[in-house]
Amino acid sequence: MPSHASAAPLTAWADRTRSATAFLDQISAILAVEIRKLARDPTELFTRSVQPALWLLVFGQVFTRTRAIPTGSLSYSAFMAPGILAQSVLFMAIFYGIAVIWERDLGTLHKLLVSPARRTALVVGKAASAGVRGLVQAAIVYVIATALGSGPRFDPLALVGVAVMVLLASALFSTFSLCIACIVKTRERFMGIGQVLTMPLFFASNAIYPLPMMPHWLQLIARANPLTYVVDGLRDFMVGGGSLGLPLDFAVVTGVLAALVAIAARLYPTLVR
Amino acid sequence: MVAAIETRDLTRAFDDVLAVDRVSLVADAGTIYGLLGSNGAGKSTLIKMLTTLLPPTSGSARVAGYDIVRKAQLVRARTGYVPQLVSADSQLTGRENLLMSARLYGVPRRERTQKIADALAFMELGDAADRLVRGYSGGMIRRLEIAQALLHGPEVLFLDEPTVGLDPVAKQTVWTRLKELRERGRTTILLTTHDMEEAELLCDRIAIMHHGRIQTDGTLADLRAASGATRLEDIFIRAAAGAMDTEQGDFRAVARERRTAHRLG
Repeated sequence: MPSHASAAPLTAWADRTRSATAFLDQISAILAVEIRKLARDPTELFTRSVQPALWLLVFGQVFTRTRAIPTGSLSYSAFMAPGILAQSVLFMAIFYGIAVIWERDLGTLHKLLVSPARRTALVVGKAASAGVRGLVQAAIVYVIATALGSGPRFDPLALVGVAVMVLLASALFSTFSLCIACIVKTRERFMGIGQVLTMPLFFASNAIYPLPMMPHWLQLIARANPLTYVVDGLRDFMVGGGSLGLPLDFAVVTGVLAALVAIAARLYPTLVR
Repeated sequence: MVAAIETRDLTRAFDDVLAVDRVSLVADAGTIYGLLGSNGAGKSTLIKMLTTLLPPTSGSARVAGYDIVRKAQLVRARTGYVPQLVSADSQLTGRENLLMSARLYGVPRRERTQKIADALAFMELGDAADRLVRGYSGGMIRRLEIAQALLHGPEVLFLDEPTVGLDPVAKQTVWTRLKELRERGRTTILLTTHDMEEAELLCDRIAIMHHGRIQTDGTLADLRAASGATRLEDIFIRAAAGAMDTEQGDFRAVARERRTAHRLG
């Protein structure tokens, strides 16, 4: 028991930090900080739009002309637009760990971890801020895809579906990145691993070619890759023609996200040790 | 006197190096306890354990009445910490930094504005509250960090080398604020330093740490009587003399301190 007379109001506060509303407040405190910083310096949002633009404009246009990839009733540019959105979310989120290592080196992470805020809240706050960046990517891909005549859907259900899937995917890959950061601990090692991870995740998925086109062994890997389910869900909402079914897509993405959040909440404090 | 911090044989090993080696200390409530030691003496590791950032390898400690391992969350709610590294977010304003802390520490919504205003006023940062921390001087950053750590009214405040890298004027301002905190008597402060003047001026009790162990501790008068020296510097050198043959400070500790000094200077 506390031996101080002054402990009484503090006890109430300490209890407060464990409640559900406190949990949401802690998440939104982290999210608010990230949004404020992003609003002050939005340059990265624009530089990040270059890569999906190139894929859609160059790669997409060439492969639409050659008709080398069988995409059924969809044009290749319509088929690949959701894949490129998923890719840009992946590339944005996978380097989140670097920022966290940077915060550790600066000292800001220490400040978060000595607070009574729940570790899960700190992780989810970061993941939510990746979601905000993901939504911006989605808007950019939508604009380019529409301009190219790939015809993404604009009905409310489709837009909400895309937004939810983008939020979940950003959260998933940024949390994955956070876990990696907590294991490798230095920026140099992380850079190497980040590069090694992104390309296999992208190519071993249905982002730019359909699953049946792949050799059997690659199909097995693609089926175990969460990005495949992200792409499939986005494809269903954006242009129609997902092949795995939305319930499975959401179940896999949500399940993997929940597992990663649980792991990250355990690993996060080890980053400052 | 009630103990605000009490450690018993607290130990932390990294691989086969004992960073903190069976440290037992008691800091009374409402006092300032100084941990004096050179780079790599184990001061920061000890503070990291007391703030629950680092689990001990063995031994135990109670902070604000709670066990640092079993009741870590309750310890966190009752303590404040200013790391040696610059922990304020330079891309936010002073007020935004404080607001984030208020929310993470569960300061009730209706009390936040007032508490933030009080903290800013106490640390003499009112005029700079809405400027980005990027434009703050080193002394202002340190004062903001102390304000952040005090916002929720902690029983124990941990300061890891609070004035390293500050110019004499900025140092004085921080010292004045800390002295005022002691006069209020509600907060126990544990600070690490290798600034003899700081230790003499602020601390009610001083422990000299070397190679992870507390070589000697007591009030300045105790230390003088025990060592036969008058100046704290001489007492420090004598206390550490037995171990002077080995290398002082590890590379990481030195690099960290230079980085902090560079960012605050």
